Amino acid sequence: MVLYKNGAVVTDPWRHLEDDEDLPQVGPVTISWKRWLSERGSIARDPAELGVRAPNTVTAAEIGADAHRFGLIALFFPNFGDGRAFSQARVLRSRFGFTGELRATGSVLRDLLQFMQRCGIDAFEVSPRAIEENWFAALSEFDLFYQPAADNRPWIARQRLGATP
Amino acid sequence: MYRYDEFDRRFLEERVAQYRGQVARRLNGQLTEEEFRPLRLRNGLYLQLHAYMLRVSIPYGTLSAEQVRMLAHVARKYDRGYGHFTTRQNIQYNWIKLDETPDLLADLATVEMHGIQTSGNCIRNITSDPFAGVAIDEIEDPRPYCEIIRQWSTLHPEFSWLPRKFKIAVSAALQDRAAVHVHDIGLYLKRSEAGEVGFEVLVGGGLGRTPIVGKVLRDFIPVRHLLSYLEAILRVYNAYGRRDNIYKARIKILVQALGVEKMRDAVEAEWAAMDHTPLDLAEETVAAIVRQFAPPAYAAAGADDEAALAASVEADADFARWVRHNVFPHKQPGYAVVTISLKPLGRPPGDASAEQLDLIADLSETHGFSEVRVTHEQNLVLPDVRRGDLAALYRALAAAGLGASNIGLASDIIACPGLDYCSLANARSIPVAERLGEHLAAREEEIGPMKIKISGCINACGHHHVGHIGILGVDKNGEEFYQITVGGSADENAAIGGIVGKAVPSEGVNGAVDKLLDVYMRLREDGEELPATYRRVGAEPFKEAVYGAV
Amino acid sequence: MTTGSTYQAVTANRLRDGVTVYFTALGAWSTAIGDAAHAEDATDLLAAAAAQPLEAVGAYVIAVEKADRGLRPVGLREQIRAFGPTV
Repeated sequence: MVLYKNGAVVTDPWRHLEDDEDLPQVGPVTISWKRWLSERGSIARDPAELGVRAPNTVTAAEIGADAHRFGLIALFFPNFGDGRAFSQARVLRSRFGFTGELRATGSVLRDLLQFMQRCGIDAFEVSPRAIEENWFAALSEFDLFYQPAADNRPWIARQRLGATP
Repeated sequence: MYRYDEFDRRFLEERVAQYRGQVARRLNGQLTEEEFRPLRLRNGLYLQLHAYMLRVSIPYGTLSAEQVRMLAHVARKYDRGYGHFTTRQNIQYNWIKLDETPDLLADLATVEMHGIQTSGNCIRNITSDPFAGVAIDEIEDPRPYCEIIRQWSTLHPEFSWLPRKFKIAVSAALQDRAAVHVHDIGLYLKRSEAGEVGFEVLVGGGLGRTPIVGKVLRDFIPVRHLLSYLEAILRVYNAYGRRDNIYKARIKILVQALGVEKMRDAVEAEWAAMDHTPLDLAEETVAAIVRQFAPPAYAAAGADDEAALAASVEADADFARWVRHNVFPHKQPGYAVVTISLKPLGRPPGDASAEQLDLIADLSETHGFSEVRVTHEQNLVLPDVRRGDLAALYRALAAAGLGASNIGLASDIIACPGLDYCSLANARSIPVAERLGEHLAAREEEIGPMKIKISGCINACGHHHVGHIGILGVDKNGEEFYQITVGGSADENAAIGGIVGKAVPSEGVNGAVDKLLDVYMRLREDGEELPATYRRVGAEPFKEAVYGAV
Repeated sequence: MTTGSTYQAVTANRLRDGVTVYFTALGAWSTAIGDAAHAEDATDLLAAAAAQPLEAVGAYVIAVEKADRGLRPVGLREQIRAFGPTV
């Protein structure tokens, strides 16, 4: 897989632990949501070094209540059509003020990237195909938007009250 | 009507460019069919039995003359010279080639048209009253609010991948001509006691496999909060709507499972938790869009108009019949609303040829303010005809095969494309509609108001559940059979029709409908339409008429 | 007139224009059902057809029978696909 963040393909600094792997003393790691639920009382780790992999069936409010404990929340898109994680992302950013990395994982396809970005996702785990097919151009396919989202871009109804396009 | 500004135009150009790239990637193999399908669907492109089918969006059913001419151009250049108006107030073309669709959408974009969100599991075309703005029983023109919702829902980043499709209808009249009770969200425009404009919000209505009449979620939401409240509903649905079974994925199933009280609690909690302010509608924003729908410059009624009209009615029985059935009152004295029937006898319901479309565009200029409406009953409307011009208009329509005088009668049948075109269908709809319309035409005035609706499969694009008489095509071991329901209604007294018995073969449909109509005409009381008779006398007399003693 | 015995053939819609097509014995796609390769069991034909995803979409097996002029699908849906709408 390829990780794309802040306009570039980057090496993933995070280790993604299986549930039976011990937490290392140092270094950024992610754990499953299930593990977080059972061990959260005993995990005392710098949020910069703790991430969680959330299934899309957990409510955004539930993740949001713990969001301050994480430096990364990986959201999961099981297939092209299952859009639950779009809502999770938007609520984590807009309501819970999550400022860490929101990573899209799973079925992360070119034509979803700008929707994901608008909902507050800032890191994309994609197939290596993405590089040769230049998927990241999709992030700037539109520069006009009809509604506010979690990306703080201007939106048309507000632009109309002020500026020209 | 609403005209695009620079923002809308540039957005649509970006959408066409994006789609052109998607088609290129499909044709060169970068996209698999599985990946491409949801993308083309969100631009209205289906793959049907014989070709691709393109569904062009007609927001709340309002078209300009220029747009109608473009629809004629598309029919000629990219299809076989005709188009088919649908129960979503849209138009479909049945013979489209994938490799021509980017150019087709670019042509549409030149007149502010597109196929955005006419399919796919997203917020679909916003539908409304085809008489909006001219109806005598209207509180206010609902279309500015439809336009506000259209813009908000267009490529919504959070709600473009919902469990299932999502349909919103808005009405502002006492008589519901937009079927708001059978939509995922139905909005009735109303005023609060303080005079503030807002909406009653219904949720969880729908047809398909599980027909349900929508329930009131909130008595009143002020316009200012309309979009944030819709976001709250959509967010609850996106999180909790079922995704394990396509037939149980609509919001109506969620509302049914939770009960409307719990649904209301969930929506209200979401609404309370979210920050409304970005979505709150500024008064200026609403006012600017309302201004675009300002009434045109109506002329005063001509002194001789009524006398001339009365003389024409007296002299010409065909014209008199057309005036009786196709002409409706207008809020402006001296004007009438005219419904052009797309149900001539023996023709597919809702079809219009390129030549007819061009003529209708011309007539909308001669007899109106260059505006045409599409009804969910698959007819067209000229909203602003001077009463003194009705006779001339009728002659022009009749000469082009558009003079059918049957609006609201038994031959004004709604039918989906059915097995002749549609890859989902189990049985044909169009031939059944053609035969039944011809069969009933002779006594349709005697029958009176009658809504017959035919679907070729359980997806119910022909709205059969809410037909006074509904006909559903089913496949039984490779043979076409038709299940008949009675007593349905899509208006303000919405009701789901009851099944009268086992399905009949194709050749038995006319006879079975005859028997149902005989019972209705025998038992009806003064002015009673079939659903009211059905409510009063129950299903038994109807069952007995078709199937004998039960 | 049909002979009574049924065979299997493979059909799909052509990618670029959506037209109904049939898989032929030469491994190509034809718009004429008369050109369709047919067999008692079309499993191999379907596998060969599926290997051409850029030509045609959604290949599947249909039942056909021999008629006066070549082949004819069994069942109304496929007859409508082969010969066009009935209206």
